[in-house]
Amino acid sequence: MSNSVTTAADMARSSELGLVARFFKATELDPRLLGMVLAMLIIWVLFDVLSGGLFLSPRNLWNLSVQSASIAIMATGMVLVIVTRNIDLSVGSILGFVGMVMGAAQAEWLPPMLGFENPSTWIITLALGLVVGAVIGGMQGFIIAFLGVPSFIVTLGGMLVWRGAAWWVTSGRTVAPMDSTFRLMGGGPAGSIGETWSWVVGALACLGIIGLILNGRRQRKRFDFPLRPIWAEGLLAIVGSALALGAVAIANSYPWPAPIARQYAEAHNIPLPDGGLFIAHGIAIPVLMAVGVGIVMTFLAKRTRFGRYVFAIGGDPEAAELAGINTKWVIMKVFILMGLLCAISAAISTARLNAATNAQGTLDELLTIAAAVIGGTSLAGGIGTIAGAMLGAVMMQSLSSGMVLLGLDSPLQSIVVGIVLVIAVWLDTIYRRRMA
Amino acid sequence: MAKAPLVEMENISIAFGGIRAVDDASADLYPGEVVALLGHNGAGKSTLIKILSGAYKRDSGTIRINGEDAVINNPRDAKGYGIETIYQTLALADNVDTAANLYLGRELMTPWGTLDDVAMEAAAREVMGRLNPRFQRFKDPVKALSGGQRQSVAIARAILFNARILIMDEPTAALGPQEAAQVGDLIQQLKNEGIGIFLISHDIHDVFHLADRVIVMKNGRVVGTARVGDVTEDEVLGMIILGKCPPGAIPGPGAIPAAVINAINA
Repeated sequence: MSNSVTTAADMARSSELGLVARFFKATELDPRLLGMVLAMLIIWVLFDVLSGGLFLSPRNLWNLSVQSASIAIMATGMVLVIVTRNIDLSVGSILGFVGMVMGAAQAEWLPPMLGFENPSTWIITLALGLVVGAVIGGMQGFIIAFLGVPSFIVTLGGMLVWRGAAWWVTSGRTVAPMDSTFRLMGGGPAGSIGETWSWVVGALACLGIIGLILNGRRQRKRFDFPLRPIWAEGLLAIVGSALALGAVAIANSYPWPAPIARQYAEAHNIPLPDGGLFIAHGIAIPVLMAVGVGIVMTFLAKRTRFGRYVFAIGGDPEAAELAGINTKWVIMKVFILMGLLCAISAAISTARLNAATNAQGTLDELLTIAAAVIGGTSLAGGIGTIAGAMLGAVMMQSLSSGMVLLGLDSPLQSIVVGIVLVIAVWLDTIYRRRMA
Repeated sequence: MAKAPLVEMENISIAFGGIRAVDDASADLYPGEVVALLGHNGAGKSTLIKILSGAYKRDSGTIRINGEDAVINNPRDAKGYGIETIYQTLALADNVDTAANLYLGRELMTPWGTLDDVAMEAAAREVMGRLNPRFQRFKDPVKALSGGQRQSVAIARAILFNARILIMDEPTAALGPQEAAQVGDLIQQLKNEGIGIFLISHDIHDVFHLADRVIVMKNGRVVGTARVGDVTEDEVLGMIILGKCPPGAIPGPGAIPAAVINAINA
């Protein structure tokens, strides 16, 4: 009988587990994700050697984190879109349109009412952007889910519509400058939280990691499930905390540029020491936003009904429908969420550029999809992780930033990124086939 | 039977693009009764039952549950009436694990409104332990399970929520003889608990010994209904293949009139 055969095979397998397999079983880490981290580290080290130590400098890593934020945020939503067997080709255009709306709002529409640099400008602008993003996503989602038009077509149309609409907002004029509080979302010396607060964030992250592990143990004890071995729990806590604190340490060892530090010193009557004043950037605000989005999206995907339904729909849409899930509404919600995330990314990239242009976000849809797919999201639906997609975004950004450091021509950069994308997905296909 | 019928489906019709998949079909089910719904592939039996389970919306006809008119427009409504279905395709989400499938659409939540995965897994372990004691692969996605294991997951999902009416569409099609016998035992046990069961099959031998009554369909119409004791297997085969209603059965709208049969024989 097939049952007894498989059970016997299971037991045989668990007793013959090698060292590596035992490690993954004990820690319950995803070997795929760990493989990605490893691949990224190899790329980093390679670039570092080739660039003569420029790549792994605090300055470059800090910039890398800021540059990845916008795509990483959109990639978290793209995972859910792709998991439900859909695609969104319009995210770059939505980013462009929402960016223009937010730019025009803070530079042209609000000042006549509130005056320039009003303390509430940034929040009104951001709220407006989020609403516009959600409405756009909702419209597209409605057409896809309830009218039954394939998402490829709807969002292909959306890509043209919202790019055109971005031009329409100001008839193609670039809008600048942005509100100074709004601009904090773009990073830079002012848009970073500084040394002390970065350590606070790092400490909170450590507490969070330990809290999660303890909570997991408590939950399993509730029903007498097997617990992870103590050494595995300890290892996870230590490695997790070390990574968090290490990231903070790197962010804190990247000082403000000397001229800005000097201006700051003069403005605050601080005597300038020999060799210049060292003021650390700390973690950039857009990076904090991206990490926050990643945590919220992971929570949504793993711990809520909505997330469970998203994955079930991806696994078998008909089964999900028969199980009583309102699949149309879930898919519409996924696109609303995607629109919201586009708005957050639009805020970050507009703030970073200190201007809104109608070309903003061009080709971002492809980078976002590539990030999600490199991060292990299956285009067949049903499979994907938020963390993987964010890592994918960092990976893509590492490649382009590394090639810039090496001084590669930009056509060559496109060629390399394209080839890497195909190879990454090919490797993943092999991995999955061997696992299945 | 003195008890009131659990389910009464009357004059149900549904058409897909001009094809009358189910045409004026009626069926009923009493508590603790197993009714086998027989017919060729394409006879309309799965379609009729999908109307009861909410997967399809009927064009006309009435459904009564416990004597009261029931509004069933989607699978959620059907589940609200205690109607659980084991589909021929099993309808499992392949990429999530057993517990997630068992509770799909009815997840257990923590007080904070998050999924209570451990509670769901604990319950899954309990119910699977009853159905298939050797089953251990709770962390794997359902895709990785064998045909028999997947079938047990689908069955477990149907009986986990105190079903009163159980629909089993070809429940033994994917199973070996021993597992099929297990399902037979399970049907007997559920029957004793007073659950009404619709058993759908195109193979009369699978279900004849399990059923109390048979309803035979052909070309979307009911040929006839019979108590198992009143007809032989051969007579039921005649109903399935020819649409010929034997003396022991109550003819339905799909039965070939005696005059036609006599004419053919003559």
